[in-house]
Amino acid sequence: MEKRVTFRGWWLPLLLIAPQVFISAVFFFYPAGQAIWQSLFIPDPFGLSSQFVGLGNFEFLLSDKFYRGSFVTTAVFSILVTLCSMVPALFLAVMADRLIKGSGVYRTLLIWPYAVAPAVAGVLWLFMFNTRVGVISWYLGQLGYDWNHVLNGGEAMGLVVVASAWGRISYNFLFFFAALQSIPRSVIEAAAIDGARFWRRFWTIVLPLLSPTTFFLLVVNVVYAFFETFGVIHTITSGGPQQSTTVLVYKVFSDGFVGQDLGSSSAQSVILLILVGLLTVIQFKYIEKRVHY
Amino acid sequence: MKKTMIGMLAATSAMLAPMVAMAETEVQFWHAFTGRLGELVKAQVEEFNASQSDYVVVESHKGNYSETLNAGIAAFRAQEQPHILMVFEVGTATMMAAGGAIKPVHEVMAESGASFDPNAYIGAVKGYYTSTDGKMLSLPFNSSTPVLWVNRDAMEAAGVDPNSDLSTWQNVDAVLDQLKAGGEDCPLVTAWQSWIHLENFSAYHDVPFATKDNGFAGLDTELSLNGEPQVAHLTAMGEWAKDGKFIYTGRRNEGGANFRAGDCALFTESSAGYAGISSEAEFKFDVRPLPYWEGVGNGPQNTIIGGASLWVMEGHESEEYKGVGEFLSFLSSESIQASWHQNTGYLPITAAAGEVTRVAGFYEQNPGTDVAVIQMTTKEPTANSKGLRLGSFDQIRGIIDEELEAIWSGDKTAQEAMDSAKERGDALLRRFETANK
Repeated sequence: MEKRVTFRGWWLPLLLIAPQVFISAVFFFYPAGQAIWQSLFIPDPFGLSSQFVGLGNFEFLLSDKFYRGSFVTTAVFSILVTLCSMVPALFLAVMADRLIKGSGVYRTLLIWPYAVAPAVAGVLWLFMFNTRVGVISWYLGQLGYDWNHVLNGGEAMGLVVVASAWGRISYNFLFFFAALQSIPRSVIEAAAIDGARFWRRFWTIVLPLLSPTTFFLLVVNVVYAFFETFGVIHTITSGGPQQSTTVLVYKVFSDGFVGQDLGSSSAQSVILLILVGLLTVIQFKYIEKRVHY
Repeated sequence: MKKTMIGMLAATSAMLAPMVAMAETEVQFWHAFTGRLGELVKAQVEEFNASQSDYVVVESHKGNYSETLNAGIAAFRAQEQPHILMVFEVGTATMMAAGGAIKPVHEVMAESGASFDPNAYIGAVKGYYTSTDGKMLSLPFNSSTPVLWVNRDAMEAAGVDPNSDLSTWQNVDAVLDQLKAGGEDCPLVTAWQSWIHLENFSAYHDVPFATKDNGFAGLDTELSLNGEPQVAHLTAMGEWAKDGKFIYTGRRNEGGANFRAGDCALFTESSAGYAGISSEAEFKFDVRPLPYWEGVGNGPQNTIIGGASLWVMEGHESEEYKGVGEFLSFLSSESIQASWHQNTGYLPITAAAGEVTRVAGFYEQNPGTDVAVIQMTTKEPTANSKGLRLGSFDQIRGIIDEELEAIWSGDKTAQEAMDSAKERGDALLRRFETANK
């Protein structure tokens, strides 16, 4: 039998959750409700008048092939950012974990990039890959490769992925490293005595024991790729060329704040809200089942 | 990060300024200028404040053009709007449609009793910001027009006569061949591709960019940028891009860095590039009129302007509007305009300021600075060359940029790209029409 402490009466529990409910209501439910309401209108930018259009905004969006394309772009971008920020982080954490001396120094150095704001990171990478004066694009030119992310969509995508994932490696590294440290030595030593080599130990013992951390990072990184990479995309490509790096969030911004089309922008927020809700449900329902706590 | 910094700075300056002058009526002026231009605006404001004691103009920088417009809109929604808001030419239709948010300049001037003669302003500049019945809605502030910049040293280095005739694109085409053959890596580069190679191209050849007089005659306008002349021009440019004769550097004025560094031979850019080019270029340069295609449309007609105008916002006291009127009248004065024109390369907004500049011998000492003025004023504007008045135009430019990029990279033909730009742009124009019914 599970042991539970229960409150007698309703007042105290309600009082205790009140601050959280209040904050959620002010900062989440109210704005989300506003977005849903506004998505049914086409307002003029100054809020002087607005036309009720029902689901017209959604119809307009879903019939736009660039908007539909933006889902694919977002999926590709999020998967790449998640992979590129988690795999190297895990590798670095495993390596740092094997160190006997100086792991503190490595740890500190590896965490630094996390302190760089996304927009600043974007500008740094942009400088290195600038088509005329960038250091790396110059070296690529010497090797006979003509780097031009201004016109080449694939290269633009690669650049924003790397710039977004770079700072994130530090964050993931920190979690993986802490998780590795908490794996009992005795289990690993027992496996070693049984004759399991490093990679076998890693696949059959370390990785399963890391799964709660990996799952947590997966959720957090997907959310990061969805919502927090705006600064990088804005500084490096502004969504171009030909919308090849226009992810859903960037489109919400550009339609709402460049185009002053608040109706379409609200409708996109609503779609995004539903999408992220679905994604979270899927993650917790299916992937979490494979996690061993 | 940067935005909050600017916000904080603006907030501090707004807090400090009133302490200086408590008794005077305050006029808030939000603009988008930084650097040298920001200093010049500040100087104008200081001069105005020093010249009288009834009003105090407080200038604040609110970010780039789009950000300034957004700040103004957000402020209006919160009923904290400034008196004067700088809006770039692309936002003109948005402002015009917002009848309840703006106070037309002609009205402000009439009520304030400040001296104001609408006929003093240059037609091609004023036309962009006047209603169809000829009333001035916003005050033109900084206006420029595209011209051709020539790096004479680069021409010579490639064995091309720097005095070659570059007045038509036919001639430029031949010169680009020679430059390429002479070993020039970057024969032609451009800034603001949509503004120069579509919007101005259309006006300059007297062909429509959009129906309904480019949107002046109604919100039910449609793009017509997929017409034969435009497609022919972009096809030629696409060929140049493929052959490495036209180098694409980006949507804004990224190409300016390449040209000022001496990397490129020809550069299509705003006349307002003068300040930067004259101070940085370590080579001999020329300003030439924008080339036109011989035999296409009625070229050369006149080019149209880019830049910004000042909008007066609704919802303030009449005493404050008097101050606004005085300030706008001060800005239009001959001496202020003449020095603005000479310092920045922007066009003078009044004919008198241009005349003062000419008489002072400025054009002789700085050859080429009058090219833009001549290009704008030799012919009376037609329905196709008066300007553009299209809703959601900032976003439509984004679409055009994308489609142009598809041409430069060879993904689409010019016809396909412009057909697609029309289809996508028209969808936005219909939404704008619905929003402003």
